Amino acid sequence: MSYVTHADLGGQRGHGTVVPEPEGELFHAEWEPRAFALTLAMGATRAWNLDMSRAARETLPDYATLSYYEIWVAGLQRLLQERGMLDDAEIVAARALLPPVAVARVLAAANVESVLAAGAPTARPATMAPRWHVGDRVRAVSEVSIHHTRLPGYVRGKCGVIERAHGMHVFADAHAQGLGEQQQWLYTVSFTAIDLWPDAAPGHTVAVDAWEPYLEAP
Amino acid sequence: MSLHDHEHEHSELGEMDLRVRALESVLTQKGYIDPAALDRLIDTYQTRIGPRNGARVVARAWVDVEFHEWLLRDATAAIASMGYAGRQGEHMQVVANSPRRHNLVVCTLCSCYPWPVLGLPPTWYKSAPYRSRAVRDPRGVLADFGVALDDEVEIRVWDSTAELRYLVLPERPAGTESMDEAALASLVTRDSMIGTALVNKPAA
Repeated sequence: MSYVTHADLGGQRGHGTVVPEPEGELFHAEWEPRAFALTLAMGATRAWNLDMSRAARETLPDYATLSYYEIWVAGLQRLLQERGMLDDAEIVAARALLPPVAVARVLAAANVESVLAAGAPTARPATMAPRWHVGDRVRAVSEVSIHHTRLPGYVRGKCGVIERAHGMHVFADAHAQGLGEQQQWLYTVSFTAIDLWPDAAPGHTVAVDAWEPYLEAP
Repeated sequence: MSLHDHEHEHSELGEMDLRVRALESVLTQKGYIDPAALDRLIDTYQTRIGPRNGARVVARAWVDVEFHEWLLRDATAAIASMGYAGRQGEHMQVVANSPRRHNLVVCTLCSCYPWPVLGLPPTWYKSAPYRSRAVRDPRGVLADFGVALDDEVEIRVWDSTAELRYLVLPERPAGTESMDEAALASLVTRDSMIGTALVNKPAA
């Protein structure tokens, strides 16, 4: 079993310079705002969760060659197809050919504001004591994940310090696999950049947010 | 860019236009979506939820010591008290710049960004150059934005790898003592709240 993400870019070389952009330039083609809104509206049906959608996008074989909203569209089609909610032939025909699948909710225009305002908090009541405390030295696990994960590759096997504990949160790894929320303690872990990359400058730290299963004793 | 590239770009845009239109038609016919909700979603992020929200939070923190303290201690509640909450800002963290420390926010794994206070992320924030380099070479990234910090300034990069969303509280520029909250907010740029810019005092 293997899982290949194309999104774990932190620390990679060769992607070139950053091109700044003025405030207010949200979209760069007419289809982009529709693609954005379609993705949010379909997310509101609860046919999948946010972690499943991240997994669908980051494993697209052509991820690296697609623009941002092209990734969203391809991810959306994939999520729909996997659930029998869309067939390629329907995109070609530009009309529904298969009967709909029942969804938990349809986002009505009148509810947009309240649904956005509610969001989807991931904090959950603590069901156990935290293993780590502020100031503890920890090591990020080194194994390469065989499923969606939010531990960036550049910290795997590296030592850092617990900077803050955030209570228990929905565990993205389990949630993305449809295994329920399986909440875990979430920590901000701070790493000295030189420990991550020998060419990093002194006086530079990088913090990641890591669930407890990502961390072990140093 | 050559003529060929232009033609290529145009044909791709046309293809995406058709594909997204087809998708919207099919999903509407199946009853999964309400097209009017799409219009409302787009309008919300084009007119109501954007970086002016965050700028008001920053300006409030600059003039109100108690709010400043609350913002650093419980950013989610402090920001919600100004009416900014919800999707992609459910759990907020504010990190304050100082003369000795500069903060920079990134999401190396995708594009996590504090929507209620900054709106939708700019293209560069979602791009491979920013996501790859911000963690490893933040001074190089800052140089792309025309920002040079003293060597002594510590740089802290926050990689948004879970559902916490980060907002940088930039330093209030000197020479703004006489400005009120609204005037201060007008100085605060989106990039200064991501950490790729500093806030400058207005030209005299």
